[in-house]
Amino acid sequence: MTQYVGKPLSRVDGYDKVTGKAKYAAEFDVPDLLYGYVVNSAITKGKIKRIDTQAALNLPGVVKVFTHENRPKIAWFDMKYKDQDAPPGSPFRPLRDANIVYNAQPIALVVADTFEMARYAASLVEIEYEEDKHETAVETNRHKARKPSVGLTTLFKPGPPKPRGNFEESFSASPVQMTGEYMHSMEHHNPMEMFASTVVYEKGRHKSGGRYTIYDKTQGVTNSILYVSQVFDIPFKDIRVISPYVGGAFGSGLRPQYQLFMAVMAARELKRSVRVTLTRQQMFSLGYRPANVQTVALGASADGKMTALYHGVVSETSQYEDYTEVIANWGAMLYPVENYKLDHKLVHLDVATPMDMRAPGGVTGVSVLECAVDELAFNAGIDPVEFRLMNYTERDQIADLPYSSKELRECFRQGAERFGWVKRKPEPRSMRRGGTLIGWGMATGIWDAFHMPARAEAVLMVNGKLRVSSATADIGTGTYTIMTQIAADTLGMPIEDVLFKLGDSDMPAAPIEGGSWTAATVGTAVKTVCDDLAKKLFKIARKMPNSPFAKATFTDVVFADKAIQLKNDTSVSVSLQAVVDANGGAAVRETSSALPNLFKQRKYARATHSAAFAEVEVDEDFGTVRVTRLVSAIAAGKILNPKTARSQIIGGMVWGISKALEEESVMDHQFGRIMNHNLAEYHVAVNADIQDLDVIFVEENDDIVNPLGVKGVGEIGLVAVPAAIANAVFHATGKRIRTLPITLDKLL
Amino acid sequence: MNPFAYTRAEGVSNAVRERASEHTAKFIAGGTNIIDLMKENVERPSRLIDITHLPLATVDEMENGGIRLGALMTNADTAYHPKIAERYPLLSKAILAGASPQLRNMATDGGNLMQRTRCYYFYDVATPCNKREPGSGCSAIEGYNRIHAILGTRDTNQDIHCIATHPSDMCVALAALEAVVNVTGPYGERSIPFAEFHRLPGNTPHIDNTLQDDELITAIDLPARGFPDHYAYIKLRDRTSYAFALVSVAAALELENGRIAEARITLGGVAHKPWRRLDVEAILIDKVPSKGVFQQAADAMLEGAQGFGHNTFKIELAKRAIVRALTEATNLNSL
Ligand SMILES: Cc1cc2nc3c(=O)[nH]c(=O)nc-3n(C[C@H](O)[C@H](O)[C@H](O)COP(=O)(O)OP(=O)(O)OC[C@H]3O[C@@H](n4cnc5c(N)ncnc54)[C@H](O)[C@@H]3O)c2cc1C
Ligand code: SF4
Repeated sequence: MTQYVGKPLSRVDGYDKVTGKAKYAAEFDVPDLLYGYVVNSAITKGKIKRIDTQAALNLPGVVKVFTHENRPKIAWFDMKYKDQDAPPGSPFRPLRDANIVYNAQPIALVVADTFEMARYAASLVEIEYEEDKHETAVETNRHKARKPSVGLTTLFKPGPPKPRGNFEESFSASPVQMTGEYMHSMEHHNPMEMFASTVVYEKGRHKSGGRYTIYDKTQGVTNSILYVSQVFDIPFKDIRVISPYVGGAFGSGLRPQYQLFMAVMAARELKRSVRVTLTRQQMFSLGYRPANVQTVALGASADGKMTALYHGVVSETSQYEDYTEVIANWGAMLYPVENYKLDHKLVHLDVATPMDMRAPGGVTGVSVLECAVDELAFNAGIDPVEFRLMNYTERDQIADLPYSSKELRECFRQGAERFGWVKRKPEPRSMRRGGTLIGWGMATGIWDAFHMPARAEAVLMVNGKLRVSSATADIGTGTYTIMTQIAADTLGMPIEDVLFKLGDSDMPAAPIEGGSWTAATVGTAVKTVCDDLAKKLFKIARKMPNSPFAKATFTDVVFADKAIQLKNDTSVSVSLQAVVDANGGAAVRETSSALPNLFKQRKYARATHSAAFAEVEVDEDFGTVRVTRLVSAIAAGKILNPKTARSQIIGGMVWGISKALEEESVMDHQFGRIMNHNLAEYHVAVNADIQDLDVIFVEENDDIVNPLGVKGVGEIGLVAVPAAIANAVFHATGKRIRTLPITLDKLL
Repeated sequence: MNPFAYTRAEGVSNAVRERASEHTAKFIAGGTNIIDLMKENVERPSRLIDITHLPLATVDEMENGGIRLGALMTNADTAYHPKIAERYPLLSKAILAGASPQLRNMATDGGNLMQRTRCYYFYDVATPCNKREPGSGCSAIEGYNRIHAILGTRDTNQDIHCIATHPSDMCVALAALEAVVNVTGPYGERSIPFAEFHRLPGNTPHIDNTLQDDELITAIDLPARGFPDHYAYIKLRDRTSYAFALVSVAAALELENGRIAEARITLGGVAHKPWRRLDVEAILIDKVPSKGVFQQAADAMLEGAQGFGHNTFKIELAKRAIVRALTEATNLNSL
């Protein structure tokens, strides 16, 4: 029965959000709360020679200033600081010692009885530094790049495979070639909600320790509880992490951020409830999408068959962790190139460790690859869509496996049709509207279709309503809504009678919400636990006195209209309320785990695909680019809710416009400091930048990825868009801009 | 942000008196700039004197045919005022090219004149800045200077102390319209011609303008001539809205018998003040509008311009914007 799945339901949490009922980490009311304000380093590398907190402490209402000199004893081993998304290396430990390893590193926490006083006191903390020479620029340090080390996260982010065939030979023999060097700036996630943790302290069961209820901004309460427990040596049972709503995160919440550490440290030490919130400026002291330099060389035969591919990446990381993402591999997953050579190196700089940011690596690599493919197609004199169809493959060359499903061809066809691609004149600078140049460009997108293990609980409550829960997150994506839909359908209940809860470490565990895997992962867990609950309910119903199901088996019944019915004769039924009554009036509960079916999956490569088509208008005198039309055709398996899914894709497309034309964290390498650290100067697209956005979901059936056939839509909407825009800019102007964002000065 | 006292001023003379008696106090109008600066510890006033209750949100006809804008008119109400929209469309257009609707609803005309530069280093107390801390150095000259000045940066010894720009759009139009700023101080009232209101940084970049600390802007006078027939405001920026100008141009012309009888050109985003050159405007007088003479004026306008790396593109961009603005103002393309 699918009454809800596949329907464009509005968000079940929408009302609470627009009325302000939905509470975020910094909004929970707590009596007797103390406020912490973080002091950040003004230098990039060196030591704190002296830190004077006296003036701050003299202010009324200031309770304590924590620094490396007086911080409490905490975990010693690096291992204890490793969170679920920690790259190989030694995680940053706030207030560890006097060393400064990146600019704006947190170096003190001022705690006072109001936020305002804490902030003012923070400005009075005097710090004397001993400065060392720092290096923060990828470009000037690329010669120092080396191979990344391997760790747990490498499982999801494999490094480049061994070369295949002979790139050098085949490239030099290729009649059609292109080579290019590309550069991308650093970008910060900048969700609307700033990071915050409210730690509620209560006297514990034992004399020694307290109990901590932590409202945290995070993409995984399980990750936060693990971190807090290990670092502060607090038993799990004394910690509860709650995060019902997250005002956007885009990957920035995949690792515990330093405000969590600071707030728990202060609460534990002061035995008081403490809240620490970050400012917008401080949001630029967290992880980010790394700056990188990429080199691509492609070769094709005269008739347009791609034969040689080189994709080399140098990307930045901190001095203490080897952050990697998959940047170089996508070409070999998208095109059947016989000869490829892929490379990914890291340069270690005096910067914070980068973090996964929406389509991490995917949009970075594909933005370059797809511009390069456009150039190769142009050099071959072949239409870019035609060229991609000529180089289509049903197999992932790296895994050497067929795709479980791949409706990319259909994305090209439907996207091109909706866009009107046939009317494109191939020559650059050949299309105009009034005084402006028009450019049409397209690109392919690809992203992994992950599936992780997860747990969920389902309870048929005494009032006959269903409550399902899992410790996952909803970062604005629609998790609440789609899980409610799946549960309602599985147990044949009206949506109003189903409550889905998330974001509480007391709930059954789920992985951090990232990689676009939540719909598949938690969705499968919800489906599984509801199926299991159904079986349990049926068992009870069958044992009822004079049960109409006495002779029936589970396969003979369906769940519909809040009842269990015989498939053959739906008038024979037992209401769910009656089942609860038969259970002695007690709720019926079930907890289940859902694991990916590795046996099924391992014979296939699994990915989502997309095709983006962009129209730009370029004012040549000024170099200004406007994206007037954008069509994205998406093949992402089953779409659980076309409305929330479309919002995800549209959000991704807007990100794509930002990335192509506006977005960059600008670092002044004299200081090693990001200078545009506010939303007035850190540009992302505003309403006036957005015109016509069109989303097509291409039908794609896949029973290998997971029982729901879901692949996830959080990142794929972004991946193809920057390249489509850059290619459109080339078509409009004849200029290949290889450095993003394409700001007007680059086109003058 | 430091703790501060707050007073609501009753009457212009009280406001001025209060300001004069506490030299570390500041006026607050819409608060869209001063509060940001306080949060960043760039401004640390001991007292905020709230002037929003003064009766200065007015638009009055003047005897000389001009219009007097009260200093507390919001940017939004000014731009959409029928008399302004009709008689001074250049001003409306410039205001509406700035900030966002929310900001324009709060921002006042007096505050707009007084807003401070958006130089990244000025805003970040962790970096040296001569404007914020005289003598500490200018980080922008060798740093990230994309939004910085290309004109009027040198002092009389040809040294450079600050390359900040005045970020306003509204002021670019006011300069072109030859507005007059009326101020009241402890010793009475005076009127400052717009060209003399903002100043070049010279070797005292911490001083933005010629208003004295204890003076209050009460009104802005717009002369009778509003150039409603031939005007253009072009703003080039990094996104379509909610971004400051990299370069902006206000052009206002009068045409008689197909020739230019009166010309005003002012550039924004290129200097410490709206950039106007009377000698360049003179080039256009009596000329028949043409791309050639516009280009000549554009080249002359950028005479002596100097880029600092990230902002060097502004020189060429400004020239093209001037030509486009004059072309639009004269409808040259459709003639
Ligand atoms: C994100 C952002 C984007 C913006 N974009 C633009 C843009 O694109 N173009 C543009 O032009 N502007 C832009 N602005 C600036 C905005 O126009 C100014 O902040 C606003 O005009 C200031 O007016 P206010 O009344 O809020 O001033 P306040 O913040 O209240 O005061 C600013 C200063 O003026 C002084 N002051 C105020 N009124 C008087 C008076 N009557 N007499 C003497 N001194 C006075 C105050 O003491 C203070 O020092 C932007 C602002 C922001 C925050
Ligand atoms: S340009 Fe002016 S405001 Fe900017 S850093 Fe230099 S002195 Fe300061």
